[in-house]
Amino acid sequence: MTLSTPAPGGSPVRQAGGGTAAPLPARVLRHGAYEALGMLRNGEQLVLAIVLPLLALTALVLTPVLDAYGPDRIDVAAPGVLALCTMSTAFTGQGIATGFDRRYGVLRFLSTTPLGRSGLILGKAVAVAVVLAVQLVVIGGAAVLMGWTPEPAGILPAALLLLLGSAAFTALGLLVAGTLRPEATLAVTNLVWILLAAAGGVIIPAASLPAAAEPFVSVLPSAALGDGLRAALVDGVFDPIACLVLLAWAALASLAAIRWFKWS
Amino acid sequence: MPTSSPALEIDGLVKDFGPVGALDGRMVRVLDGVSLRAERGAVTVLLGANGAGKTTTLECAQGLQRADGGRVRLLGEDPWRATPQLRARVGVMLQDGGLPPSVRPLALLRHVASMYADPLPVDALAGRLGLDAFGAVSIRRLSGGQKQRLALACALVGRPEVVFLDEPSAGLDPQSRTIVFDIIRELRADGLAVILTTHLLDDAQRLADYVFIVEGGRTVAEGTVAELTADTEADGTRELRFETVPGLSFPSDLLPHLLQRETEPGQYVLRGPLTADDVARLARWWDACGVMPTSISLAPRSLEDVFLDISGRSIR
Repeated sequence: MTLSTPAPGGSPVRQAGGGTAAPLPARVLRHGAYEALGMLRNGEQLVLAIVLPLLALTALVLTPVLDAYGPDRIDVAAPGVLALCTMSTAFTGQGIATGFDRRYGVLRFLSTTPLGRSGLILGKAVAVAVVLAVQLVVIGGAAVLMGWTPEPAGILPAALLLLLGSAAFTALGLLVAGTLRPEATLAVTNLVWILLAAAGGVIIPAASLPAAAEPFVSVLPSAALGDGLRAALVDGVFDPIACLVLLAWAALASLAAIRWFKWS
Repeated sequence: MPTSSPALEIDGLVKDFGPVGALDGRMVRVLDGVSLRAERGAVTVLLGANGAGKTTTLECAQGLQRADGGRVRLLGEDPWRATPQLRARVGVMLQDGGLPPSVRPLALLRHVASMYADPLPVDALAGRLGLDAFGAVSIRRLSGGQKQRLALACALVGRPEVVFLDEPSAGLDPQSRTIVFDIIRELRADGLAVILTTHLLDDAQRLADYVFIVEGGRTVAEGTVAELTADTEADGTRELRFETVPGLSFPSDLLPHLLQRETEPGQYVLRGPLTADDVARLARWWDACGVMPTSISLAPRSLEDVFLDISGRSIR
């Protein structure tokens, strides 16, 4: 199309130039930023990502729920709430957004652009990481203000766990979003979030659950992330089993998503 | 790559869907031998009734669906294995738009533009398509025609060589329709291969350089509009259209051997084995009624006749 900009010779500016793709890192990072901004601008997502974790943190500090697990309430509460943040962003928030994008044909359209299917998935992972970083700053900052003193030796193991945890929950969110209708995705991801938050070893250690439930709960990604973060940030201990559990969930959910994800 | 090779080549495309639960888990063959070619600098139209297989054909050509049989070559490559560089040379406007409802139109267009190394200037493109008038509201508030124009902008912003438009005039108000049709003609003039689907014969007649009629999952006829409507059966069937005041009723003894109808107020069509004498009688009747048509056209068969002959049913 000529954009009514005549070139000096008088011939119109040709539209057909043979389009060229932006480089892969630029495409992925731009899509990640675009989706992250979309998530942070969405009111419901913001409640899920920031407001609920802050409420949970406050409630856990004001009530004696966690008194059995450590001398200082905030030290036990903060790692669990960070695990909760990972679940809400990577699984619930991202799953719901992807489910509706699939309904509206957004995934199909974007996969016809140079972004492509793999760029779309990588971009979503970047978006989850960006939102999670914002949560770490806001929720972690609030916890520090409430007196949280994380064990320095556990910071690096915690970062690794958060990375593996967001990979596992992102893959699980994509699996749900790519196989169920968006309304069902909305219901399932919210329900699973509530169940795991309440009894999945996220906030309350799996070891405190009834003995019959403990073996099942301890292999859930929620418990691996919650207990692993507490081991790291409360005791400064690296938990290799938690890492392996999260790695296994990430691998299995990714394979399942690759196999069963429907783009339309 | 030499510019003489076609932009899109499809040979004997087969596509199965399923398994379908309602059919005891059997597969349904939705495409069973679609073949077509689309050249650069031309508008190629896939014409067919709803459900004929037009959209599935496009999706196989765009790499959104994988062909189960046959051969698809888009700019010489397999679209199912499209690289980002191939996708950058191809613009796609989906039938349902594929637009996120909560995003603002210009934000989406800028984002799509950012996937390309050298996109069109977004502001100029938005102005050309009249998007700037509603750039600040979210997409869910746009009318059907506004969404179509945005989807077209998203398909064009990367400076493609090939553009796929699935039902581009669906839901368009007259103003949007004029803008979109003008742009399609400009794209052709700029040397792009424009491939569009429609079930509207009027669109095909107005835009197409070359038409492929798709019916029951296969290509059943192809040619330029002139070729397709040429009087192949030599029965002298012609169509005379004229435009004048609405509500004229034809006397029953005037040209009873011709099919006569008023398609829209003031638009009249006579069809059948038309002779010069018939035209003279018609002109005398106009004179007797005191009307003078504002336009008269005489053509061999219309695309609608062709479609009826081939498929045995109306396209609508």
